Amino acid sequence: MLLREERSVRALLKEVDSLLERLDRQLRIMEVCGTHTMTAYRSGLGTLLRKRGLRLISGPGCPVCITPDGIVGAAAALVTERPDIILASFGDMLRVPTRKEPLLHLVPAKGSAVKTIYSPEEVLDIARASPGKQVVFLAVGFETTISSIAWTVEEAGRSGLKNLSFITCLRLVPPPLRAILASGESGLDGFIYPGHVSAIIGSQPYEFIAREFSLPGAITGFEPADLLLGILSVLRQIEGGEARVDIAYSRAVRPEGNPAARRVMASACEVTDGEWRGFGAIPRSGLRLRNRDLDAFERFSLTYDSSWENTACRCGDVVRGLIEPEQCPLFGNPCTPEQPMGPCMVSVEGSCLIHYKYGDTMWTE
Amino acid sequence: MDRISLSLGSGGKLMREFLRTLILRHLGNPCLDGLGDSAHLDIGGRVGFTTDSFVIQPIFFPGGDIGRLAVVGTVNDLVVSGVHPRYLSLSLILEEGFAVSDLEQVLSSVREAVGEAGVTIVTGDTKVVRRGEADSLYINTAGVGEVIGEAGETQEGDVILVNGSVGDHSVAVMVARREFEFEGEMKSDCRPLHRLLPLWQMGVKWMRDITRGGLATILCECAEGEDVPVFVEEARVPLSAPVRAISEILGLDPLYLASEGKAVMIAPSDRADQVLDFLRKLPDGDSSAVIGRIGGQGRRGEAVLKSISGGLRLLEPLTGELLPRIC
Amino acid sequence: MCLAVPLRVIEISGDIGVVEMGGLRRRTNLSLVENPKVGDYVIVHAGFAISILDQQQAEETLDLIARCIEKADGSSLEKREV
Repeated sequence: MLLREERSVRALLKEVDSLLERLDRQLRIMEVCGTHTMTAYRSGLGTLLRKRGLRLISGPGCPVCITPDGIVGAAAALVTERPDIILASFGDMLRVPTRKEPLLHLVPAKGSAVKTIYSPEEVLDIARASPGKQVVFLAVGFETTISSIAWTVEEAGRSGLKNLSFITCLRLVPPPLRAILASGESGLDGFIYPGHVSAIIGSQPYEFIAREFSLPGAITGFEPADLLLGILSVLRQIEGGEARVDIAYSRAVRPEGNPAARRVMASACEVTDGEWRGFGAIPRSGLRLRNRDLDAFERFSLTYDSSWENTACRCGDVVRGLIEPEQCPLFGNPCTPEQPMGPCMVSVEGSCLIHYKYGDTMWTE
Repeated sequence: MDRISLSLGSGGKLMREFLRTLILRHLGNPCLDGLGDSAHLDIGGRVGFTTDSFVIQPIFFPGGDIGRLAVVGTVNDLVVSGVHPRYLSLSLILEEGFAVSDLEQVLSSVREAVGEAGVTIVTGDTKVVRRGEADSLYINTAGVGEVIGEAGETQEGDVILVNGSVGDHSVAVMVARREFEFEGEMKSDCRPLHRLLPLWQMGVKWMRDITRGGLATILCECAEGEDVPVFVEEARVPLSAPVRAISEILGLDPLYLASEGKAVMIAPSDRADQVLDFLRKLPDGDSSAVIGRIGGQGRRGEAVLKSISGGLRLLEPLTGELLPRIC
Repeated sequence: MCLAVPLRVIEISGDIGVVEMGGLRRRTNLSLVENPKVGDYVIVHAGFAISILDQQQAEETLDLIARCIEKADGSSLEKREV
């Protein structure tokens, strides 16, 4: 599997090394997507590149990390306090700390349960199979996942399902990037854009980064070789004094993205302001369901309570690229994967967890 | 009798009927037939003894069921700790209403497994609990046998082997439960490891069977006792195609998926070829492989994995559950 | 937030496809992609196909990497697979 093998990685690293030598400066490149953080650190490339002067900075592309506590808290309250609720959730969300236990460990009310799903579609089958229950889908994600959630919402409407509703935290990738750059605090030299979000939205939504902020970027895939190809694109742009949105993942991403997916999203959802853990409110950065009947907050009169947040946790600064996990005073002690203080240590692609688990990952020189 | 009733548990005639027509019909042997309060056994030398309980769901899966697992689990614990398994006890806790036909199937699997493993069930017990107080059927087995080998001192340069692909059992159970709606042919690797017993005379120094927590957890256990790191290469770990597929699609690390008929063993490097040859000739052993060695880059007590991409990372034991992800 | 894998489409029935990898099959929702064909590889995220893999671009990427390997260690690569 050439995209993953050691010989590919070594060969591409050689090219990266030559470029870094010629550029001869410290560089900070933001890789937006948690899955890229995973690839970088699990492979040892993150630590290796850091030694060579290229810091890969994690961005806000970790849905678990940026979902406000109030959302998960509402889901937890619902399933523990009301009978006959089936709360469906992606595995990623199940260990996030809440005011009560994480969803994985809490004791549901009588007749209620938490069900792990892999695909949003599954909630339709669950609802049909359990007519006596109310199925609530904790639907969290960026554009990649939103398109599937949107399809599911439309299908629920078409099927006339009365026992399905949604607690949503649907967020868009470009707005927080603008917020990060507008704040002027992050000191970035370029971007690695998320490959699968881009398969949906195409390259145009990132153009403002090249035009207004003169920063180079590359839409990148997720195998180790893909990550290096993306980095090479950014480094070459820096060397040439260019700033573009390059597609380094052309086998999956077209410049126009996936218009069919975007149509489904627009049909089921409308743009709204979004709350982001760590950022606060970002205008027009989220989506909400047009069909208010399917909103679980309304159906069950849920309350949104964010007062619980652990204020010492600096996850918010981590997702904005202001600090690296190691700079958080809680990192490693007391905040560990076994005793996480915040979502960045819980999410499999949370920056803090990845640095904690793989920060040691070395490279065979 | 169609379904197990509570009254069965109160002893007396119903129980004796049950034991005769079900238990002894499937599992009868000279020792068990007497239905005595204890079995008197001849075991030479030092005795090895273990126990395990089985509470899995579903109780039937492709490649096995709870009955087979109950025998295999205990037999394998004995084999990997240097004990030649001889005798097992079998305790059943049945939920009221459990279908007798299902019990027949479980007992039939138990019979088949004890035959394969060359062990005998010599004593047992049956209890019935109210509906809802047990999930269909729980089984406990305890096993004894002669100690024929003891774990030896491992040293730098010793090789680490595995007797076939890992993670098959987890994936078989997932497919059986139609979790996440996967379909396909995926049999559990649930089998007794008694055929590995000769390894104790071939210089093998240490064995563990891979169960919950997967290969990575065992490698961490292995590293704990060492003065040097344990070094394993991801590229050498045998994985079957379905296990690879589920791992990719659901974002699970196959090194943490459970097996039920696989073991990790440590052998001196000059015996590696001989051991590998032996393993490959066993049924379903053709993907047996050397996956690593004692020593290499890292610190004492560490299990280090060299990934396919060339990076080295620390393995840790499984904490919590393996959850599928979309991120 | 981007875990997705290329999977081969072995059956299509309207908007539902069956994808296969390693002998395992799963249904996949094809509503979000246009004109998928049996034999195509689709990028599947959370049970939905979000993009059809461009085989030619895939080949070009692999060629690029192969050339890079050849340049790095001076040998030539004869056969490669995705």
